[in-house]
Amino acid sequence: MTTTIENGRIEAAFERLKAEGRKALITFITAGDPDLSSTKDIILALEDAGADIIELGVPFSDPMADGPTIQASSERAVKKGTHLKDVLRLVKDVRKETEVPVVLFGYYNPVFNYGLKRFARDARSAGADGALIVDLPAEEAGELKERLDEESLDMIFLLTPTSNLQRMELVASKASGFIYFVSVTGVTGARSSVSGDAKGYVAKIRKVTDLPVGVGFGISTPAQAKEVAKYADAVIVGSAIVNVIAKNPANRKKLVGEVKKFVSGLRAAMDS
Amino acid sequence: MKRTPDKLGHFGIYGGRYISETLMPAVQELEEAYDKWRTNADFKAEFAYYLKEYVGRPTPLYLAERLTRKIGGADIYLKREDLCHTGAHKINNTIGQILLAKRMGKKRVIAETGAGQHGVATATVAAMFGLECEIYMGEDDIKRQSPNVFRMKLLGAKVTPVTSGSKTLKDAMNEALRDWVTNVYNTFYIIGTVAGPHPYPMLVRDFQSIIGTEARRQIKEIAGRLPDELIACVGGGSNAMGLFHPFLEDAEVKMTGVEAGGHGLSTGRHAASINGGRVGVLHGNKTYLLQDKFGQIIDTHSISAGLDYPGVGPEHAYLHDAGRVNYVTIKDSEALDGFKALTLSEGIIPALESSHAVAHAMRAAKELGKGKLIIVNLSGRGDKDLNTVSKAFNFEL
Repeated sequence: MTTTIENGRIEAAFERLKAEGRKALITFITAGDPDLSSTKDIILALEDAGADIIELGVPFSDPMADGPTIQASSERAVKKGTHLKDVLRLVKDVRKETEVPVVLFGYYNPVFNYGLKRFARDARSAGADGALIVDLPAEEAGELKERLDEESLDMIFLLTPTSNLQRMELVASKASGFIYFVSVTGVTGARSSVSGDAKGYVAKIRKVTDLPVGVGFGISTPAQAKEVAKYADAVIVGSAIVNVIAKNPANRKKLVGEVKKFVSGLRAAMDS
Repeated sequence: MKRTPDKLGHFGIYGGRYISETLMPAVQELEEAYDKWRTNADFKAEFAYYLKEYVGRPTPLYLAERLTRKIGGADIYLKREDLCHTGAHKINNTIGQILLAKRMGKKRVIAETGAGQHGVATATVAAMFGLECEIYMGEDDIKRQSPNVFRMKLLGAKVTPVTSGSKTLKDAMNEALRDWVTNVYNTFYIIGTVAGPHPYPMLVRDFQSIIGTEARRQIKEIAGRLPDELIACVGGGSNAMGLFHPFLEDAEVKMTGVEAGGHGLSTGRHAASINGGRVGVLHGNKTYLLQDKFGQIIDTHSISAGLDYPGVGPEHAYLHDAGRVNYVTIKDSEALDGFKALTLSEGIIPALESSHAVAHAMRAAKELGKGKLIIVNLSGRGDKDLNTVSKAFNFEL
């Protein structure tokens, strides 16, 4: 599959899915957990299993928006010595084998420390497609957005159940790629049910933007993925996959197989 | 010199709001509430009432005569925040914030704590106003500050140990932020220092400014003039900001913030964010941080749990760059010397945090010489530190 990077891989992915009448499956994993070379295999397996966009977590020492699963994952990766520069190298390596869109997902300090201009340039040359910085709300995002714009990279923002209309409009005016709607007030983590209000919020967000809207936080089962796919453009799953990885650290083949099996199940439910 | 942050909470390049989207409306709500109430006569009267009748303000400005004589230099005055109810300046801020929480209709308060002083001060006002209270505290700090843990529990607070990361103050703050994002609708987060997302650095500073406002009036009454130097310890920096802020326009008053030098700057085992750190973003604000070359926050060390934090309030970062405040370091061992000297010469057992300021004051008094005036913020009393100190002095309790 080849995609013209001028339009952006993310935009192209959503256009293709729309034409096919399908919804996007966006999967999150932490880079470097259990190690970088496994991460590469996992990304390829995710794509094989039907993931349309990969959110690649950049490990940080203080992941204050994350629940226990991703906290532990980030801690394991930091302990292995995985930092932003290593994640960029991984993207470069992965890009040789796949055109699947990659969004760098993380916290601001490692990016700020790396240098915004250098980050945007290196992310682009590695073959990343966008960035989502959890602790960088629209008000503080101006400078990074400029740098990402210069490199034609998407800047993805979160909206949440606490965001009022004014904030939805502000975020919509800055965002590109897609909007990530956080379905609950809380940290990341698998939950037994997805908030029933999510559908209503997605409808509200659609009034302020034409960008695709993805829903994440708490989605962990095929049934939940299927439900969310009915009203959202993308289903975003993170902690549930990270859990599968955490349970199979020693045997890479088994680990990749289990991830593939789990994500295939989500995909099948969404497409059914 | 600008005295207030801009509309989005920036002190120069520092401060701001670096938090997840879920919390943005919450800090905006807090900002609006504070804007509304800060100038309200009833609010101001209620705040003043509790500071006087409950906290015991004004706290004395006490000339430490025997310590002064022992050093043989400038007169050393102590601003006795250790005499505040609960034993430290932290209560000034928690009274202010709980009065806001009440007016905002919040039913539950949460806080992070390092030494436990802010946790105790929060649990205290929560008990007084009948609000549910949960305190996050690093597991390591729980071990070294057990008397304060017991106090919080007696006051009806739930104390939740934090086992992630370095198990100290920064991790407690991470966990408090996770709680807040989860319970954002009914919960008020009482931040204990001049850090965090706007408006906290401004709001905590304003509530703590009572320290400097009183000290300014008192020294004029006692000595007939302004002091030559103000000295306060700086972790997050709330007691220092409280003392310094009312003097910022007084160009003749020198100000010194004392950071925790731990085992010494060169060892890497310290908590001196300004002297040993670089600019970065953590816990909602841009400021000086102790971090590695990849932007990961590093473990800090100080004998004093209240100073054991890898960041510093953004206004301190700004005042450092502007050259208005000088930031120095005092090592663990020097702080213990300060602790001992004050205890033996004045019969005042200071908190280990405040002992850093005392230790530097002993040095500064000698340098300034006779006829000069120094005010040291004695931000807290040392009862909570007896375990740590007894270990350091090999003394069987």
